[in-house]
Amino acid sequence: MTSGQVVEFSAVTKRFGPVSAVDALSGRVEPGTVTGFLGPNGAGKTTTLRILLGLVSATSGSATIGGQRYRDLRHPLQTVGAVLEASSFHPGRSAAAHLRVYAHAAGIPASRVDETLGLVGLGDVAGRKVGGFSLGMRQRLGLAYALLGDPGVLVLDEPTNGLDPEGIRWIRRFLRDLAQEGRTVLVSSHLLAEVQQSVDALMIITRGRLVYQGGIDTVVPPDEIATVVDADDRPALRAALAAAGYPSDERRTGLAVRGADAATVGRIAAAAGIALTALQRKGPAFEEVFLELVSGTRVHPSATAGVPEEAAS
Amino acid sequence: MSLLNATRSELTKQFSTSVWWILLIVLVLYIGGTAGGMGAILAAGETGTLAGASLPAGLGERLPSLVYGLATAMGYVFPLVIGSLLVTGEYRHKTLTPTFLATPRRGVALTAKMLAGVVMGLVFGLAAVGSTVAAGGAMLAVFGVDPQLGRAETWAFVARMVLALILWVLVGIALGTLIRNQIAAVVGILAFTQFVEPIARVGAGLVDGLSDVVRFLPGAASDALAGDSIYAVMGGGPAEPLEWWAGGLVLAGYAVVFALIGYAVSWRRDVV
Repeated sequence: MTSGQVVEFSAVTKRFGPVSAVDALSGRVEPGTVTGFLGPNGAGKTTTLRILLGLVSATSGSATIGGQRYRDLRHPLQTVGAVLEASSFHPGRSAAAHLRVYAHAAGIPASRVDETLGLVGLGDVAGRKVGGFSLGMRQRLGLAYALLGDPGVLVLDEPTNGLDPEGIRWIRRFLRDLAQEGRTVLVSSHLLAEVQQSVDALMIITRGRLVYQGGIDTVVPPDEIATVVDADDRPALRAALAAAGYPSDERRTGLAVRGADAATVGRIAAAAGIALTALQRKGPAFEEVFLELVSGTRVHPSATAGVPEEAAS
Repeated sequence: MSLLNATRSELTKQFSTSVWWILLIVLVLYIGGTAGGMGAILAAGETGTLAGASLPAGLGERLPSLVYGLATAMGYVFPLVIGSLLVTGEYRHKTLTPTFLATPRRGVALTAKMLAGVVMGLVFGLAAVGSTVAAGGAMLAVFGVDPQLGRAETWAFVARMVLALILWVLVGIALGTLIRNQIAAVVGILAFTQFVEPIARVGAGLVDGLSDVVRFLPGAASDALAGDSIYAVMGGGPAEPLEWWAGGLVLAGYAVVFALIGYAVSWRRDVV
């Protein structure tokens, strides 16, 4: 197997007339992780991915795979597998013939055709014409095309569009397995719930600009998360927390403690012999933060840093 | 290497759907049938079998080549359509995306289509000349006219027709890059080849000076390359057709010029 390679966007810009579809987008996608490329419809996700794949030319900036532009790759299909839309098929061609066409173009042995069809669960319909395929089957065939060359990098544009819950679960598990093998997986989506459960890292874009880049856990800044706790004897609780080094704010529903999670606060109260009447984690919901990032009311430092620090090391 | 792979891929595309053999069957029936019918009628007129009917007579030596020449005179629309489908099919079914992902260099991808087009042209060219020579020649023989199959000139003529039909596929591919809409491309081809150019060529015979221009039309160039055509007999041919090699160059020129324009304005464009 080809090992995963770093995908890098450097100030990628694409202008259609006066409109900037992608505006100075920089970012880095690491091997071994599933990276979500999240943004509302029309944010420029598809254009960015098509620039990465050499289908659309950037107005300025560059996108590279392992340091090389897609058009300069010696063996493109063996390096990058892409799933872009569910309708790139000639309806009169069989699934196996469809893959054979591109296996020939990339110099991939024809034996890979049956292998990949089996891998995505289409082994039984290899000889059937694609025109009669359901949307789910077409998505799987698209994935089979991406896997033909056993590439180290996978790029998928909204791969779960139109899939039933069963299919969505299947594709999620599939991508996770691919990342665990050390491949680079970049998957775009406009659905927050979709990526929240299935990715390790995130790039969030809106109106062509990057607004967040980093791990999924740090989208909501840790210092905005508070533990709200209450007891019948509120002053005693407050004193116990202060003694443990955690100042707290008075709120209607109890005391808000920053920097300590529910377990820590519970232990402090138990040690002081205080019975709690409430204990919960409070902070902006993931979705709230996402919407603020997208609307521009919240700015995350990773957006302007370009490449996150941990990636640069 | 990658050009060879891409060409192989293009040929796999062609032979993995039904269009090619459907068009091939229609070609053989249409061209072979017409050649047989025309061979019979012209031969009957020549030998006087059909007394009383007013048929062209006195064609003599030219008769067999007129009948065989239907392979290009009428048949060239088939390779032209095959060539344009080679490109417009990609736009219609949005398969340019996987094609360009597998062959990211656009020039290589287009050259591969041209090379595959040569193979398709050979297949359709051999089928076309095979059906006119077989059906037309048989009918000539039946009505007592020598089908001239023993003459080297006949076979040189056949070979030039195959070359012309290969060039027509390339013209079709080049046109496909310019007219990306499949239906528009096919309708345009049928309108131009079946109405516009025939009318222009017949009409040019009546207007002084126009025939100098008309002989550079693609159909006229193709007939010049082949060497003879039914238009010449119908009075539509230019007074002085191009030399056969010049006709070939003009036809190839159409393919090259259209392909270069198509590459520059359309083939290199973003695929969205």
